[in-house]
Amino acid sequence: MDDASQTQETAPIELELIEPTPGSRLRKRIFGHAGLIVGVTVLGVIFLMAILAPLISPGDPFDQQLARKLIPPVWHDHAKASWEHPLGTDYLGRDYMTRLFYGAQISLLIGFAAMLISGVIGTTLGVMAGYFGGRVDMFVNFVVTTRLSMPVVLVALAVVSLIGSSLTVVIWVLGLLIWDRFAVVMRSATQQVRNLDFVAAAQALGCSTTRIIMSEIMPNIVNHLIVIATLEMAHAILLEAALSFLGLGVQPPEPSWGLMISEAKGMLFFDPWLITIPGIALFALVLSINLLGDGMRDVTAPENRN
Amino acid sequence: MVNFALKRFGVAVLVALTVSILSFSMIYLSGDPAVALAGEGSTSEDVETIRIYYGFDRPIYVQYFDWLWNALNGHLGTSNYLRSDVSEVIFERLPTTMLLGASALTFALVLSIPLGVLAAIRPNSLIDRVALSIAVVGQAMPSFWLALTMILWFGINWRLLPITGTDSWLNFIMPSVALGYYVTPAVMRLTRAGMLEVLSSDYIRTARAKGLRPMTVLFKHALRNAIIPVVSLTAVQFGFMLGGSIVIETIFNINGLGFLAWESIQRADLPVMQAIVLVLSIFYILLTFFSDLVNAFLDPRIRVA
Repeated sequence: MDDASQTQETAPIELELIEPTPGSRLRKRIFGHAGLIVGVTVLGVIFLMAILAPLISPGDPFDQQLARKLIPPVWHDHAKASWEHPLGTDYLGRDYMTRLFYGAQISLLIGFAAMLISGVIGTTLGVMAGYFGGRVDMFVNFVVTTRLSMPVVLVALAVVSLIGSSLTVVIWVLGLLIWDRFAVVMRSATQQVRNLDFVAAAQALGCSTTRIIMSEIMPNIVNHLIVIATLEMAHAILLEAALSFLGLGVQPPEPSWGLMISEAKGMLFFDPWLITIPGIALFALVLSINLLGDGMRDVTAPENRN
Repeated sequence: MVNFALKRFGVAVLVALTVSILSFSMIYLSGDPAVALAGEGSTSEDVETIRIYYGFDRPIYVQYFDWLWNALNGHLGTSNYLRSDVSEVIFERLPTTMLLGASALTFALVLSIPLGVLAAIRPNSLIDRVALSIAVVGQAMPSFWLALTMILWFGINWRLLPITGTDSWLNFIMPSVALGYYVTPAVMRLTRAGMLEVLSSDYIRTARAKGLRPMTVLFKHALRNAIIPVVSLTAVQFGFMLGGSIVIETIFNINGLGFLAWESIQRADLPVMQAIVLVLSIFYILLTFFSDLVNAFLDPRIRVA
């Protein structure tokens, strides 16, 4: 008995008629996932804020005018509040909305670049450990354990303070520190795929190891990779904000959201909105990236659907 | 079990040695440590004097083994700024950080385990959604912003809690929440997933079919098994929290290890920075080692693998 006749015997006829195509089922899953939709929308808005910053900003992010310092946002019932500075100005009289928009550029840039670096390191280690197993696996496990035992924030702060802080340094330090989750997840994903028939077939055909990994293994684990990549990008953004908050990340006068919160912490008593605004922006960005990652995991990974 | 413990211990020692090499090599990150110590405007004679005084003229491996030997004997060097023994400074500050870590962890567990259990009993119910929202929000909330927002409302606007120092247990409430909240999502998700898996297993059905009380089934039969992976996650998260306490301690002026780390970074006080990285790493290694042992004890399958 071949497979086709077996399906015909067991499947009810009416189900066959209304069976949706895989594409429409995927679309239904995507649009039925509220978290995913919210995440994509919010992330899209922040992304637009970042790339359109030079066009839509009300001012210049570095233009200081002490005469107009600490103007509150428009919704405050205050004589100085005006639509000229919708989100007010900071302690040096710089337009807060402009700095918020330019800050989005920095968060997204650092998050994305650090995620790329850590993704390359972690995926390489994880796939090698999962594919080769044995000694390679033991070695990678050891490297991951060692990395995990070192406190990220502390090491990042110490290293940045020793070699001097700049955007590039922050990106590299974070990228070189947060690859552990990539390695762990890619390792177990590769282990699941490694022993499947099509990999054995490719091996039997005499394909090179590089080719097997690139064209047999990778396409089958790439959905896990994308999910981890989004979560790690969010992680990197939070770490950058924490470093900048402690004064060792992005340096003034650059408008990083973490740095904006740090610059405003002395004004918590009289001008708390200076902290609330970049804080909400940071929260919204990280939340939207996480929602996107979680949503993609639900939509693409069959084993996690309930 | 003994075999497993010995193997795990061997790995732990190797990891600790690697970490010690990494934290030792931090001195050379900024280039020549003697030049850095001498400061700007110093003559080359000054630099040479410092090089010989601190022993930077010796081969690097000699310096490393010397440092390691002293560290093993409990002498972690002398602070460049405080001019006192680093071990003393660290062990003076360590209890505060441990107290903060413990209370943050207590907060995290008290919030996340009951919520995780409730969410697993009624999947997709209101309580499950609330628990999920708390987890999603917790993962996205920058801890320093949460801390500042709490200071604003509970400290400044409502004047309910003290905002700096460590005078009473009230001082620890806000820092513990800020530090512990970040840990709750992971613990809650793992508790929920574990409980869901266990509750659908055969032995729970058997226990229910025997007519045991629902509470007995839930706590005695299900939670006990579901909690095993949570034990090791908690150990890992506790280690992360000690590392992350640097941000929270700085905000709340808590005189612990994290604050010391931040002060030392400001003062470029390398021996203290190195020692803190080393101490926290070793503590994490010990923590995961013991949690692995506890796990292997609770779940015999781990011992064999």
